Amino acid sequence: MDKIAQYLDAHEKKSLLRFLTCGSVDDGKSTLIGRLLYDSKLIFEDQLASLRSASAAHGTTGAGEIDYALVLDGLKAEREQGITIDVAYRYFATPRRKFIIADCPGHEQYTRNMATGASTADLAVILVDARHGVVTQTRRHAFIVSLLGIKHVVVAVNKMDLVDYSKERFDEIVREAAPLVANAEPVFIPVSALKGVNVTTRSPQEIPWYSGPSLLEHLESVDIASGRNLEDFRFPVQYVLRPDLNFRGFAGTVASGVVRPGDAVTVLPSGKTSRVARIVTADGDLPYAFPPQSVVLTLEDEIDISSGDLIVHTGKLPEVSSAFSANIVWMDHEQLVPGKEYLFRHGSGWRKAYVKEITAQIDVNTRERLPAAKLGLNAIAEVVVETTTPLAFDPYERNRATGRFILVDPISNQTAAAGMIIAAVAPTRRAVYHTSGAVVAITGAHAAEIAERLASKLPAIRFEASADRTVEGQVEEIIDLLVERHVLPDPAADGFII
Amino acid sequence: MDENYDISQLKQLEAESIQIFRDAAAQFERPVLLYSIGKDSGVLVRLAQKAFYPGRIPFPLLHIDSTWKFREMIEFRDRFCREAGLDLIVHVNEEGRRAGVNPFDYGSRKYTDIMKTQALKQALKAGRYDVAFGGARRDEEKSRAKERVFSFRDAYQQWDPKNQRPELWNLYNGRVNPGESVRCFPLSNWTETDVWQYIRLEKIPLPELYFAKPRPVVERDGTLIMVDDERMRLEPGEEPQTRVVRFRTLGCYPLTGAVESSATTVEEIVAEMLESRTSERSTRVIDHDGDSSMEQKKREGYF
Repeated sequence: MDKIAQYLDAHEKKSLLRFLTCGSVDDGKSTLIGRLLYDSKLIFEDQLASLRSASAAHGTTGAGEIDYALVLDGLKAEREQGITIDVAYRYFATPRRKFIIADCPGHEQYTRNMATGASTADLAVILVDARHGVVTQTRRHAFIVSLLGIKHVVVAVNKMDLVDYSKERFDEIVREAAPLVANAEPVFIPVSALKGVNVTTRSPQEIPWYSGPSLLEHLESVDIASGRNLEDFRFPVQYVLRPDLNFRGFAGTVASGVVRPGDAVTVLPSGKTSRVARIVTADGDLPYAFPPQSVVLTLEDEIDISSGDLIVHTGKLPEVSSAFSANIVWMDHEQLVPGKEYLFRHGSGWRKAYVKEITAQIDVNTRERLPAAKLGLNAIAEVVVETTTPLAFDPYERNRATGRFILVDPISNQTAAAGMIIAAVAPTRRAVYHTSGAVVAITGAHAAEIAERLASKLPAIRFEASADRTVEGQVEEIIDLLVERHVLPDPAADGFII
Repeated sequence: MDENYDISQLKQLEAESIQIFRDAAAQFERPVLLYSIGKDSGVLVRLAQKAFYPGRIPFPLLHIDSTWKFREMIEFRDRFCREAGLDLIVHVNEEGRRAGVNPFDYGSRKYTDIMKTQALKQALKAGRYDVAFGGARRDEEKSRAKERVFSFRDAYQQWDPKNQRPELWNLYNGRVNPGESVRCFPLSNWTETDVWQYIRLEKIPLPELYFAKPRPVVERDGTLIMVDDERMRLEPGEEPQTRVVRFRTLGCYPLTGAVESSATTVEEIVAEMLESRTSERSTRVIDHDGDSSMEQKKREGYF
């Protein structure tokens, strides 16, 4: 039993690679995954038994051969149609690594599923049929992979057996595909999933001209830790723990960066500062925490923090803005309507937001930018989003954890869009909230004058001036600055930004 | 200072599950943890304890008692919850109990529907729970491979495989209208090996039924069924015989097949598992009611 104990200990300590596979209809993706699972002994005998009976009714391979694709198509409707229509997750392990595959459908209608699968992946395997080369769907897959910020890409040129394992054909496809995946670190591998060539082991007999790793060898050895952001500490507070009067802790998962007791931190959006007192876990306090550890932080000072807030290092503040540009993938059957209010989820919090404008719809096949007034299911676009309260974020390219969001339709509750933030933009001066009867306190040297001028424009509001703090600058600048920071009504508009 | 930022896959799974628990607890008003007594439930409870440490689990456990569970399971359940200070709710479909619904007269399909699926729906409705945690894993069965972590259920607690919400990153959408709910699966990405190693690492207590012992069984259609109490109906010519067996999953005793085994430790169980070419759910009779049977049950609201 010592061997088993060793086996389990080794299993526990393996690293984890999450990857997605995407391919067009009939390019043998399911066969490839079936082969990876089968060869890693995960397809148990009884699953094989039910497979054999299902193959007789639906199978597409020759008599006596196992249709690997049928291993994977889980749902009944799919089995009848013979195409996967939803993301399926598969698990297998080798002595070196544990793998989670997001198996994404190739059918054209299902861009949203690919974006879903790509969202949690560290690596993407894009399948290309050696006979057909780069097709429209290959371009689509490569674009979505780059949009979702996946830095490791494998282009598996499949069905090499059907082109006589031709080096010329492979090189031609590499030349065609390379520009599509240029912003990742692409690796090209010639394979035959059906014959098992270069899938788990190298096949010099069939492809003597290829000297690189097999697909599995590459998946086992690729260094994915390099993609993590360990620079900017970001901690979305999920839950406030107050088991007794002496303990007040903030539960969450380190999204990026490294935190240690004693670190100076700022809580957003309040801007209050403190220091980390302890990093608490059920298995004892930690000397430091890093992504993706789930911990509880306690702070030295008693400051008001709630679920949805973001704790960051004081020296490494994120951007704060209520308007930003973003790439979005539209996922709802209901079209995107600019100006309509959506529920907005970012980090651990919910707020409201609307798409102010569609800057450009991006053709998923050609990456061409086109004007658009509305977006339908599976559309990809660059948009400007405005949130009703200022948002602390990082650009997605710098930090996947704090640069992502989803939009949810407030009526149907459907997840309507996946978003990747590009950059902050100046918020519009248009009112977000209409208030009346509010009191706004204005301080500083020019407080009286500012209050008077604002009061004449906005009689519904009472402005109270006091000169207990000094605000430098001219009246116009100060008004602009205060409006910019959302603390004052916008005199140019018919409402207020708060 | 020497700091290492690598994290093992099991610690990564643990962190992810903790995050899921906290997220659901923050998003919903009335969470409940569906506790089935089995090994996955044991792991689920441990993760919930860790998620809210040093606080207590901020929601109750719910056990659907079909009245045909192994006696040992019920004993274990009560002792475990008492010792861990867990808040346990037990629900039985009283209408089914009064009608004497059992797997022999009603068949496994109808019995499961009444005493498990309907009972679960009743309990969730009565408690007005808007999120129910379950221990299901995606690697268990084909139709589960596409299950979401937050799985939306309509007001009739039905699951529509064609109308699932896309799930991006870890930004789970817990928005529901009154009456609607979410089934939440923190163990989605765990495999059976992960579960066993976690049990071993964390010394999670398990019912004795998981370990081999001489037990009275009858062999029926190639499945070994334990004669757990006098209600077990024997067919003509059937004679209970004592064999050294254990259970790979725990459910209702007349519907749960035993496997012949000598494994008395977690290591020995894993050794058998690795040698075994039979996957875990094959000992549950209900999965063999026909192709796609689990998918059918899930559509109807089974866990």
